[in-house]
Amino acid sequence: MDLWYSEAHTKSVKFAIKVNKQLFSAQSEFQRIDIFESEEFGRFLTLDGFMMLTEKDEFIYHEMIVHVPMAVHPNVKKVLVIGAGDGGAIRELTRYKTIESIDFVEIDEMVVDVCKKYLPQTACAFGDERVHSYFQDGLKFIRKHEDEYDLIIVDSTDPFGPGEGLFTKEFYGNCYKALKKDGIMVNQHESPFYEEDAIAMKRAHKRIVESFAISRVYQAHIPTYPSGHWLFGFASKKYHPVRDLNAEKWNALGLKTRYYNTNLHRGAFCLPNYVQEMLHDVE
Amino acid sequence: MNKLSQEKAPILEALEEFKKMRLVPFDVPGHKRGRGNKELTEFLGERCLTVDVNSMKQLDNLCHPVGAIKEAEELAAEAFGAKAAFFIVNGTTAAVQAMILTACKRGDKIILPRNVHRSVINAMILCGAVPVYINPQMNEELGIALGMKLSDVQKAIEENPDAKAVLVNNPTYYGICSNLKAITELAHANNMLALVDEAHGTHFYFGENMPISAMAAGADMSSVSMHKSGGSLTQSSFLLCGKNVNSQYVRQIVNLTQTTSGSYLLLSSLDISRRNLSLHGKEIFRYVVEMVEYARHEINQIGDYYAYSRELINGDSVFDFDITKLSVNTFETGLAGIEVYDLLRDEYDIQIEFGDLGNILAYVSVGDNYKNIERLISALSEIRRLYKKDKTGMLRHEYIPPKVKFGPQDGFYGEKEQVALDASDGRICSEFVMCYPPGIPILAPGEEITAEIIEYIKYAKEKGCFLTGPEDMAVNKINVLKGGC
Repeated sequence: MDLWYSEAHTKSVKFAIKVNKQLFSAQSEFQRIDIFESEEFGRFLTLDGFMMLTEKDEFIYHEMIVHVPMAVHPNVKKVLVIGAGDGGAIRELTRYKTIESIDFVEIDEMVVDVCKKYLPQTACAFGDERVHSYFQDGLKFIRKHEDEYDLIIVDSTDPFGPGEGLFTKEFYGNCYKALKKDGIMVNQHESPFYEEDAIAMKRAHKRIVESFAISRVYQAHIPTYPSGHWLFGFASKKYHPVRDLNAEKWNALGLKTRYYNTNLHRGAFCLPNYVQEMLHDVE
Repeated sequence: MNKLSQEKAPILEALEEFKKMRLVPFDVPGHKRGRGNKELTEFLGERCLTVDVNSMKQLDNLCHPVGAIKEAEELAAEAFGAKAAFFIVNGTTAAVQAMILTACKRGDKIILPRNVHRSVINAMILCGAVPVYINPQMNEELGIALGMKLSDVQKAIEENPDAKAVLVNNPTYYGICSNLKAITELAHANNMLALVDEAHGTHFYFGENMPISAMAAGADMSSVSMHKSGGSLTQSSFLLCGKNVNSQYVRQIVNLTQTTSGSYLLLSSLDISRRNLSLHGKEIFRYVVEMVEYARHEINQIGDYYAYSRELINGDSVFDFDITKLSVNTFETGLAGIEVYDLLRDEYDIQIEFGDLGNILAYVSVGDNYKNIERLISALSEIRRLYKKDKTGMLRHEYIPPKVKFGPQDGFYGEKEQVALDASDGRICSEFVMCYPPGIPILAPGEEITAEIIEYIKYAKEKGCFLTGPEDMAVNKINVLKGGC
């Protein structure tokens, strides 16, 4: 049998993974959820057919979305994570003993249930007593919070479908309001490479720049995302992502990581010229 | 006559039959099922172009319906509880015009509130009817016009026993309903017709626990914008008639101005939407009400905004309130409604229906979902956080009682000259000036221009309102009657 999962990265580019078997498939209230098993990437989760994560490369994404802000902010106690039903970001956060509370907001409870069952590699920390789960629209949740969080991680899907509201100016503005005066927001920032992704990327950046004093973009290499070249946003009221990096302090924590290190942290903010130009265009 | 089922859609079915026949078209339209206009076909789609066709035997004729359109009109009449229903493809404007032209001839009086849509006064320019305006009650706090008080209608009828009709806006753009049943009974007791501009009230006929509809209240004619809350294509509407009017005469009136090439895209959209509302209207509007009630509750939690509702009901000038309307007063934010309207569009990519000086209206329909409702609520919350300012200097009043010197027809066709707006105090206006939307005139032809009106126009311009009507589109100059009062 020759069974392949494929995803159109553009109208004329396709990415495919040979699948051993499909482990789960269902339509939730919000989206179609599928889990596959493959030889090369292990198990992987797709939402509405779009690749969310694979067991093989999820460490890159989750380490980069969590450790970058954690190495900058000197004293993160209260964190809000929006999206991220797979639990990968939560897993990385719970490794920090100094974090006191993690509010986790996900619109689709079924994603969490499915990940707990089929992707224990990422969905392993929901049971941590510091984690409080809220299954509702992130935009609605954040509206009612003010001056409360040290760090907000926006681990959204793409800017269409259920995650659409998490790429809007009203959402970023509400995040600003929900952060303390030295708070940081980190977000999944799409890709600069293919045109449609780049449009979403620029739009998101423009919306964040309008809301935050400091807004920088950093990159990582994620093999299963379109083009493999992926960006994250770092927005902050006070701390600069590189100048305020406290490498010694972070390294002293002794956290073992596979992708992230404090040298790479600095390098990740050095962007290719064409990406710099795109960002500059909307700043 | 066999009773037709509301599950039928005769125009849709006739079009489907027609497609199967594969007729060779040697008639208009010249695009010939789209083949002659590839660009248009690519843009609108082949399915759309293949049914953009002319009247013919199997598709009936809008001007003289005997087949599919007749059946569809009968079904619509039944669905709306009317004696007769007409498919209107020239906009609700044409339906409103037909009501006025049916009720009034030159010189006849008609009693109506001044906050009518321009189409009502336009119809009076055409036929020479003379308005007897009732000043709508104002809610000073919100700066919106309310409905007509029964006692004001009574007084106008006593003073003008020769008037031919009473026209009611029901509901207003903001959702305010008058005491339609009592006004209708009062009109009938004095041998006048009761006409209703029900442009914003399609759902009254299909939803549950809605304000009373015109036909249920016993009114004689009503204009219903099916394309607003009913889901049909823009420009398609229904004109409804009660038992007191001669519907064959009404058809003659409709045919005075309506196109002889009625669009089958519009006609089928009316037919399909009528069927949909007949079969599913209750659940559709239950969902709409649920979303709007949620949004209203959340918006009122933000602070400073006031999303009003049934608490405005006072038994007279606000006899009922249409809770599907999400009207929000912005006064306490220090921002004019039009400013919030502009911010929503320019900064948050949200297009709402309109903003006036103190209010905004977001139109919520079956096509909406909670995801977008959350965006609207969050954006309003952000606008308050980022743009709130001191409210001193804000103009609250929207309604200025008109000084009618001539009827609209005499005012419009009289000999005129153009003067600077600033120099027009005391002159008689010979054109419309209105903020659009909602398209309710600040000045109508034949009305005296006052210093207060000039100030209002300038303030509205400064706040970014879209002013329409005058020949001078920038509204720096205005056409007035020669000679003065």
